[in-house]
Amino acid sequence: MRSVRVLVGTRKGAFILTADGKREKWEVSGPHFGGWELYHVKGSPADPNRLFASQSTGWHGQLIQRSNDGGKTWEPVGNNFVYDGVPGTHQWYDGTPHPWEFKRVWHLEPSLTDPDTVYAGVEDAALFRSTDGAQTWQELAGLRGHGSGPHWQPGAGGMCLHTIILDPSDSQRIYIAISAAGAFRTDDGGQTWRPINRGLFSKYIPDPTAEVGHCVHHVAMHPARPGVLFMQKHWDVMRSDDAGDTWQKISGNLPVDFGFVIDVHAHEPETIYVVPIKSDSEHYPPEGKLRVYRSRTGGHEWEPLTAGLPQSDCYVNVLRDAMAVDSLDACGVYFGTTGGQVYASADAGDHWAPIVRDLPAVLSVEVQTLP
Amino acid sequence: MIRVALPAHLRTLARAAGEVQLEVAGPATQRSVLDALEACYPMLRGTIRDQVTGQRRPFVRFFACEEDLSHQPPDAPLPAAVASGAEPFLIVGAIAGGRALARAGPLAPPSRLKGGCGQGWPPHKK
Repeated sequence: MRSVRVLVGTRKGAFILTADGKREKWEVSGPHFGGWELYHVKGSPADPNRLFASQSTGWHGQLIQRSNDGGKTWEPVGNNFVYDGVPGTHQWYDGTPHPWEFKRVWHLEPSLTDPDTVYAGVEDAALFRSTDGAQTWQELAGLRGHGSGPHWQPGAGGMCLHTIILDPSDSQRIYIAISAAGAFRTDDGGQTWRPINRGLFSKYIPDPTAEVGHCVHHVAMHPARPGVLFMQKHWDVMRSDDAGDTWQKISGNLPVDFGFVIDVHAHEPETIYVVPIKSDSEHYPPEGKLRVYRSRTGGHEWEPLTAGLPQSDCYVNVLRDAMAVDSLDACGVYFGTTGGQVYASADAGDHWAPIVRDLPAVLSVEVQTLP
Repeated sequence: MIRVALPAHLRTLARAAGEVQLEVAGPATQRSVLDALEACYPMLRGTIRDQVTGQRRPFVRFFACEEDLSHQPPDAPLPAAVASGAEPFLIVGAIAGGRALARAGPLAPPSRLKGGCGQGWPPHKK
């Protein structure tokens, strides 16, 4: 029987949750790296036992950990992230120039085909790549060197590159997203980039339709349709059917279209999930009800999924990298909260149950579907 | 033989049970001790000082012989008691720092730590 391994990054360590294909009984391993912030943990599609973890604290900075045995043991690997050339400046919150300074790795995206290649999205926003199993890192400087770089500005959580999507049909195409610059795409393996924000409307910036400056929270793609993207923006849920060249709003009947996570069903490319959050000043669910919303029509029409989720007095948040799906049949959906719960649904969202209730605040959730 | 006391997180990272003992070539200075430490424990690179600039990380402090050495030049000689191994070189994670701790504000230093800034909290001292 196949099995699943859920990789959870939290404010105080990493946890690995495992179950067989029924997804009823779970084993919890951790904390790994207890006391450290684990922004992201992700496995290599090319070698599922190879995991990469982003470990950091304000005291001791950034570390990268690697496991070659599915998280049983770990070894620290390269943590020297140096911007290419003279870093220059971006805009600070008040619009003044601010030097580019490396702070942490938000997201690690292993190559789809090479277990030694992995990408890192960092704060202050830049994209790095390692081709030696995370021992050494090189910046793909064409992104930050895009002419708009000096105008990028941090979002409330910092100027982070938080989303990296590798196109399974085109090894030269990569999508990334930055808060609060927007989404970008390369079609030449990372040498040159273009903003892909046409159609986004952000009323809180001076030019609501600017080429860059949008606070994109997360982007998701179904691997069978790499040209179709779904975006949870600061406000608005969006969709693109042309690889990000243009976007349309698909918030539809959502109770509120602010939120962080968005993901796509493993077998139904038009089925998507979001977790509405009340507002950017109140980072908790509307009415104290934790509801996942599912659209089976690629947006516009949404249904609340509540079975097994708290429907009163719930004031947690679900952060941008804290939702994932497995590829079992039926599709499993998982998300973690800032209250330390990791919820799982083994039936595509119809019913939910917590795997764990009392972890530290969850920063990220990834899932591996194992043979 | 130089004795170095690491903060708990770095002891875990280095898989060191207690104090670390190092052979340091030449005069014992912050730089030579940290060079020797990072040579023996490469996983500590970047966790105490910046890998490029060599600057001490903002929330890391250095103490020895009841003195705060954090602002001493990196090539200044360490106290003779550290150079001889009689006293450890203490690498300390400052109490101030981090969002929760920043709200709480810096704490007063333990009485045995002299020196101006003194937000540090030493690991267990033998």
